[in-house]
Amino acid sequence: MSVSTCPSSPVSSRDVQACEPRELDAVDRAIVLATQAGLPLVPDPWGAVGREVGLSGEAVLERMQAMQARGVIRRVAAVPNHYRLGYVANGMTVWNVDDAHVARLGREVAALEGVSHCYRRPRHLPHWPYNLFAMLHGRSHDEVERQASVLRECLGEACRDHRILYSSRILKKTGLRLAGSRPGAASDIERRG
Amino acid sequence: MHCQAPYCQVQELDILDRRLIDSYQRGLPVCTRPFHTVAERLGTCEAEVIARLERLQSLGVLSRVGPVFDHARAGASLLAAVAVPEAERDAFAELINAAPGVNHNYAREDPAREHGFNLWFVMTAPDEPELEARLDDLEARLGLPILRLPMLEGFHIDLSFPIPWAELERT
Repeated sequence: MSVSTCPSSPVSSRDVQACEPRELDAVDRAIVLATQAGLPLVPDPWGAVGREVGLSGEAVLERMQAMQARGVIRRVAAVPNHYRLGYVANGMTVWNVDDAHVARLGREVAALEGVSHCYRRPRHLPHWPYNLFAMLHGRSHDEVERQASVLRECLGEACRDHRILYSSRILKKTGLRLAGSRPGAASDIERRG
Repeated sequence: MHCQAPYCQVQELDILDRRLIDSYQRGLPVCTRPFHTVAERLGTCEAEVIARLERLQSLGVLSRVGPVFDHARAGASLLAAVAVPEAERDAFAELINAAPGVNHNYAREDPAREHGFNLWFVMTAPDEPELEARLDDLEARLGLPILRLPMLEGFHIDLSFPIPWAELERT
């Protein structure tokens, strides 16, 4: 009953590989679970995480560094809530782009202002013809519209059609929940506009 | 307008708060006593950095201080969407939120409304077979087809932005 994938956009083995889980053993997984909602704000956060998962602080730190080196962790950061800081308009723009040009254009679009994520995804015809996704963030819908028109120009004739879907409400937003969620961990319902 | 939730009152954030956000949204040092290292760079003490981070978290300006994982490497995940009747949206959203592995769920509106996909969520699982099983199970519960949109290629994932402090103060 799922919507079938468009036969004109076959998924190559390389693509599938990019989405396969890998590189996490049981210890890594325990550390991910213990840290994905945030680090304890104490002088020795690694030691505090270690006590939770049964490792030394040094071992946790080494694992964190190793996961970062492998790209499993993109960065350890103070993650701002952009919505609270005035980026209140968030538009998921979806584009129907010629498959022959989508890889090159995706990279170009990703560099434009306001774009946080940019992905190629499969089409599902006839319901869903869009194969390029770019998340836009602005301080108003007008700003997002302006960003989208810059994207439209960048894509040129290779783009047949596009849409902007605005989020009207956040119904759930948590950090990555790897292997089942921890009860009570941040699951918030927030009204938006 | 600056006093209304859910905006933060940026006037409450002093120069040190702003430097913490500006400097460390792209990455904290991953070393022994990381907040001590941050404090040294900013010319303050570790306890001050920790207190600031705690406050920024409680204000909701920071959603967390911690690792940002690459979903594609830390398990399996995909973007999914369903088209539900607008009047029953909340009931469907609850079913989705209760499903194991769902970590984001947004109501989205398309002014044109042609396709009607109005609930968008990210489904995660430890591996691909489990991901498919979770989606199949949720699909059966919803009684509606789930649009499955795995990432085929990622061009750019950067959740950091220059924070327009001066502009925010004027609004």
